[in-house]
Amino acid sequence: MNGKFVVNGKQYQFNFNSDERLLFTLRNHGFKEVKNGCLEGECGACLILLNGKPVNSCQVFTASAIGKDIKTVKGIGNLHEPHVIQEAFVEAGAVQCGYCTPGMILATYALLQNKPKPSESEIKNALDGNLCRCTGYVKIIEAVKLAAERLNGVKENKALYGEK
Amino acid sequence: MTKYKTVGKSKVKIDSLSLATGESRFTDDFELKNPLYLAILYSPHAHAEILNIDDSAARQMKGVVDVFHYGNVKPILHTTAGQGFPEPSPYDTTLFDTKVRFVGDRVAMVAAESREIAEEAIKHITVDYKILEPLFDPEKAMNEDAPQLHGPDRFTPIGAKYEPGKNLAAEVEIEFGDIKKGEREADFVLDHTYYAHYGSHCAQEPHAAISYFDETGRLVIVCTTQVPFHVRRIVSKVCEFPLSKIRVVKPRIGGGFGGKQEVFLEPLVALTTIRHKRPAKIVLNRKEVFQNSRTRHPVRTRLRTGVKKNGEITFLEMDSLLNSGAYGTHALTVLSNCGAKVLPMFNKIENLHFLGRSVYTNLPVGGAYRGYGATQGYFAMNQQIDMIARKLGVDLLEFIKKNHIRVGETSGVFRALGEGKEGVTQYIHSCKLDECIDIGAREIGWYEKRGKKIQNGDKIKGLGMMVAMQGSGIPMVDMGAAYMKMNDDGSFNLDIGATDIGTGSDTILAQIAAEVLSVDLDKIIVLSSDTDRTPFDVGAYASSTTYVSGGAVKKCAEKIRSQIISAASEMMKTDKENLELCDGKVTDGKNNRFVSLSDVAVYTLYSENQFQIQAGASQIVEESPPPFIAQFAEVEVDTKTGKVDLIKFVSVVDCGQAINPKLAEGQIEGATVNGICYALTEEYKFSKNGNLLTKQFRDYKIWSAADLPEIKTIVVDSHEETGPFGAKSVGEIGINGPMPAIANAIYDAVGVRMFKAPFTPARVYREMQKSGCQHY
Ligand code: FES
Ligand code: FES
Repeated sequence: MNGKFVVNGKQYQFNFNSDERLLFTLRNHGFKEVKNGCLEGECGACLILLNGKPVNSCQVFTASAIGKDIKTVKGIGNLHEPHVIQEAFVEAGAVQCGYCTPGMILATYALLQNKPKPSESEIKNALDGNLCRCTGYVKIIEAVKLAAERLNGVKENKALYGEK
Repeated sequence: MTKYKTVGKSKVKIDSLSLATGESRFTDDFELKNPLYLAILYSPHAHAEILNIDDSAARQMKGVVDVFHYGNVKPILHTTAGQGFPEPSPYDTTLFDTKVRFVGDRVAMVAAESREIAEEAIKHITVDYKILEPLFDPEKAMNEDAPQLHGPDRFTPIGAKYEPGKNLAAEVEIEFGDIKKGEREADFVLDHTYYAHYGSHCAQEPHAAISYFDETGRLVIVCTTQVPFHVRRIVSKVCEFPLSKIRVVKPRIGGGFGGKQEVFLEPLVALTTIRHKRPAKIVLNRKEVFQNSRTRHPVRTRLRTGVKKNGEITFLEMDSLLNSGAYGTHALTVLSNCGAKVLPMFNKIENLHFLGRSVYTNLPVGGAYRGYGATQGYFAMNQQIDMIARKLGVDLLEFIKKNHIRVGETSGVFRALGEGKEGVTQYIHSCKLDECIDIGAREIGWYEKRGKKIQNGDKIKGLGMMVAMQGSGIPMVDMGAAYMKMNDDGSFNLDIGATDIGTGSDTILAQIAAEVLSVDLDKIIVLSSDTDRTPFDVGAYASSTTYVSGGAVKKCAEKIRSQIISAASEMMKTDKENLELCDGKVTDGKNNRFVSLSDVAVYTLYSENQFQIQAGASQIVEESPPPFIAQFAEVEVDTKTGKVDLIKFVSVVDCGQAINPKLAEGQIEGATVNGICYALTEEYKFSKNGNLLTKQFRDYKIWSAADLPEIKTIVVDSHEETGPFGAKSVGEIGINGPMPAIANAIYDAVGVRMFKAPFTPARVYREMQKSGCQHY
């Protein structure tokens, strides 16, 4: 099969097998930042944003995502212009091996879009589907708080001085 | 607090932005041209002989290139343990065998044009088995009539007693003083048996390996390893391919925890590439990681202790039975560490006996796992100590403080129990355990809440704690090396064999170099773990990297510093004694002059008599100074259901000078939460024919952020005089505490002893019923 997809703001045409999972389609087309941790929908390493919603791409048939908008961790920032959330993860020490990190960051991104000032328990619940074996989550939760603070700071500044 | 500029600072982990933006490459992310994909056929039987393998149907399938099995692969005995040479683990493994020894043992392998074809093709291999009686109970492994897994003939010496004909993978025994005398002196004897269970590392990245021939015909292996240099050696041996033609590269690694010390996939890709002159790739799925890779060894520990009314422990006997599973990888060394890491903690006991046995069973294979025997041993020891203190009617904290090892003291156990050879005598130079205990007690509210059985409906609260020590590398065994050179602009390349598997070792080793050379961290360019490009290092295990590899880096950087000073003295025509290297320049304080590091570099690289400022250094350590930890748990036990809620968990650690406090905390936090899940939810359950039932995350439950209680981690100020800038290790120790601390807290709440883990609601409930817990 083949179909059109929008990944990180760009249009692509992908070929794929009819029963292929989106995780493999993305990885086969170079989006290696989407990780394979379990293929069972249990770990969140493969998490992406599909039309803005966090989903485990290992549980999505590629065919069902044709025409949809896909965001990977590379879609929110890069080495040269990292997103505030990416910076917060780095500064908080929330990245150890980094294998869970793309999924964690996207789950955070989705959370902060809906809830700019989440409580600690809202943060924990939002990350419920993302396993991390390295950090014990302590610094990941701190990173989310830090990111929220900074994003709110930015927003408040923008509100004060008008968006530029 | 610290007098250092870079050491002791929570610098950002140098690879973390690349990881957070998805740029970093892991093994599975490397593109290969036209690779062969590998899939493995595993045994459905726990114990069987393979009479025949018919691979013709598989071979006829389109896209299948080869089928590997005992009929066409030379059986070379080796161990997958990934340790230094000669490995203290029995050589009891071949790539393919005529016998299978657990459900999930390797039978055959298909190489095909796609992963799908390979996976389909293994279903078309027909195997005739002669089913043998399985052995599941380690207690029965040494019975006369027990089925034999390996037989007496496959024998290689391992530096300890090893009798495969009796299913004995390793035995160690030490004795001090006179147990009988201790028994006579005792006012009471406690005799209890504890069971630590199987566990899976659950690194989020599954094991994977790729290989290919580069443009010069050398075999390149990229793999999820903690031990690249051991991989090179073992692949060379098992594939009979010259070591000089093998290059092993470690990319980013998605967590290891010991599970990636095992060298069991690399020979498979190498074999395929060598045979077919094509790239090869294998990536395990999660079920394979659970069942077919490696696990934490289950250990049954019997402890007998005699105690006088005045609190003196008159004797201690520890009898450890380690279930090694089907193969003996790490069977001796994990076993030794059940005693070696635990017994020195209470070093005042004069009459001491440790007997350890590792036995084969037809169950999944054990291996290295963070904590490495200490986790299993401390589970027993810390509950026993809690019982002794309770029986004496003294505060547990006071009892521990009276009995634990202190600065200036030693234990005969250090020398008696080594890793495959005799250990090394050592004295403790740094121990802030009392401070750890006091801080932890304050944080958890020990004196307010311990023994109070605070009730909240059906739930009762309790407090428990434990203490532990680990090591910092294997003395006189582990070696790490470093190489450095200076560049035009005063930056430095640091090439190290040390293996960063997510721990941050690249960062802390760079911090050590930056500290010696008094430059900013970004002036140190790290390349690690490439057998062609970096010097040797044993790899990431035994909590060795900071202490051993860190020592190598420090030495190496000091050599560089002295070359810089020499060159500067030539440039400035002044004696070396007048010069000081500080803040990126060499200063002649007397005459108020300086040259920058880049001046020195340019001078040495481009003036007359040019030379490269460069140095190499190796570090082998004579001691393994232990870090210490005190860990405290507050639980609430539901007397109606047996459910244990962890409310708060506190860890206070003495790891010497933390090179990077935030990364050190991260090590403790990660280890702690891993230990908590191991204590409460993680469990291997088997069918009656030995098939693992819990091989998905939905059945083998590790926690997510949503399950997290309040976690508090404190790193105390400490300094180990033998370590680089005062550092000791921190990687493993944190995993030891949760199981005994929570068990002691459960007792404090509801008065039942949890001799078996994990403490699932059903198990706790059963124990409460048995003991007639009055709250029930
Ligand atoms: S890989 Fe998709 S949830 Fe684990
Ligand atoms: S950082 Fe390794 S799994 Fe989260």
